[in-house]
Amino acid sequence: MALRPDLDIISGWITPGSRVLDLGCGDGTLLAYLQDNRQVTGYGLEIDDANIVKCLQAGVNVIQTDLDAGLSDFQASTFDYVVMTQTLQAIYYPHKLLDEMLRIGREGIVTFPNFGHLQTRLQLGFGGHMPVSKFLPNEWYDTPNIHLCTVKDFERLCSKQGIHILQRTVVDHTHKTSLGMRLLPNLLGEIALYRFRRK
Amino acid sequence: MPETLPPDSVGLVTPQSLHFDTPLQLDCGRTLPQYDFVYETYGELNAAHSNAILICHALSGDHHAAGYHSMADRKPGWWDTCIGPGKPIDTNRYFVVCPNNLGGCKGSAGPTSTNPATGKPYGPDFPIVTVKDWVRSQAMLADALGISQWAAVIGGSLGGMQAMQWAIDYVDRIRHAIVIAAAPRLSAQNIAFNELARQAIMSDPDFHSGHYYEHGVIPRHGLMLARMLGHITYLSDDVMRSKFGRELREGKLNFGFDVEFQVESYLRHQGLSFVEHFDANTYLLMTKALDYFDPAIDFNNDLAAAFQQAKAEFLVISFTSDWRFSTARSREIVKALLESGKHVSYAKVNADQGHDAFLLSIPYYLDVFTSYMKREVTT
Repeated sequence: MALRPDLDIISGWITPGSRVLDLGCGDGTLLAYLQDNRQVTGYGLEIDDANIVKCLQAGVNVIQTDLDAGLSDFQASTFDYVVMTQTLQAIYYPHKLLDEMLRIGREGIVTFPNFGHLQTRLQLGFGGHMPVSKFLPNEWYDTPNIHLCTVKDFERLCSKQGIHILQRTVVDHTHKTSLGMRLLPNLLGEIALYRFRRK
Repeated sequence: MPETLPPDSVGLVTPQSLHFDTPLQLDCGRTLPQYDFVYETYGELNAAHSNAILICHALSGDHHAAGYHSMADRKPGWWDTCIGPGKPIDTNRYFVVCPNNLGGCKGSAGPTSTNPATGKPYGPDFPIVTVKDWVRSQAMLADALGISQWAAVIGGSLGGMQAMQWAIDYVDRIRHAIVIAAAPRLSAQNIAFNELARQAIMSDPDFHSGHYYEHGVIPRHGLMLARMLGHITYLSDDVMRSKFGRELREGKLNFGFDVEFQVESYLRHQGLSFVEHFDANTYLLMTKALDYFDPAIDFNNDLAAAFQQAKAEFLVISFTSDWRFSTARSREIVKALLESGKHVSYAKVNADQGHDAFLLSIPYYLDVFTSYMKREVTT
């Protein structure tokens, strides 16, 4: 089975044999793939019962916990990478969690839906309603996404927090990129992927 | 009583017994020169002897973990929800061993068994045993059964403490430790409850400093109180409310001190039935084993250091309404395992049944347990 394209991009960023902590690891697909193909060891953190069971079935070490309760169980500098895919926007304090990621890990990797995408801007600017799209499918009143941001917002936050961006890729909801997305990431990218570390 | 045995039951089982003549050195400094071990087994040991699982019982448990002793039994073994064909501890795949711990009162050497030195029951002279002593004695049993390494050591509550101690003391003899509704050591509050239970027993006029067998009595009232107290800590406030509420047995207040509320009736019933099949001296010993358990103490109170040498993989499970050993206590175990870089998974099960939840059929709990057990491939 082919790996989800965004996870494929991320696994390409991860050095074989590293220690990885996956925040909001879902069904454990990424960690299972990294364990099998990149000799990675690590843990996933997840809150959902059904996902915990899937992680256990996949042979992934998983800890049932709420990311909003913090990461104080983890000691400083114990992981090579702390990964968080499509979860940043659902966290109470994203800026604090980014700091925590870099306390625990040498590098951080995050992906999030880019709220600056053209379609989103058009829906809000001309439609006058909260955007709903393939990569942001939830209605405003029923969404886990409480801290949506744009590519520009994220990079501003990084700069403010003293975080150095090592790598950026933007893709559409099928996780393909294009020349346009590379030139105008905040306008044409639907999903943003970043690798970063402390300055 | 089952008319026919359920298909997912291990069926009719017979306890077995082994006698050991090799002296067992105990933490208290004393030695047990010889002892009997009573245990049950379910499933078949494979040719490689690699599919054996050790079940460790909790405070009032025993070797009868699953199945029935006879068709007249009212209830199966204490962990029948989790042990059997197709259950989380699948007896189609595993050979399951459950001993009665030393100090117990169900056949293994303990206060009720005969002291070879005197020809009389040990009574209060049976040495105080610790979790480490139990693990050491279980290793002797494993040797006798030809099991050099357990696929898993599994237990809830005090049983989970034994699973942890196994992973620390016998790093090469355990592949997985499953630690359910346990704690890395008792809190002052836990010890306080145990002390109250002991005082209830020891202050009973029929206790006779533990020599009650010779007087032909048992400290019935004290043991009953101890059990009633225990039961309060095993249940959550929520489950007590939903089970009993403030319901009155006779529908009205009688302005007296007899049983009026249903919860009183329930506790008295639990206490009274317990007295008939459990020994007071054993109860004292078991609570002491709980109080003394503290694997970090040999490692400067650093639990992560205690786990450092462990090679086992861990599954830790806790229950949200358990206030005897709360989820926070399980998280302490998980934190230490993370710090020492061990393979560990942790599930927090939503359950309103309190500490007793680990014995019950809760779908998510059984899913987690089953999924983890399937990971362990036996050859």
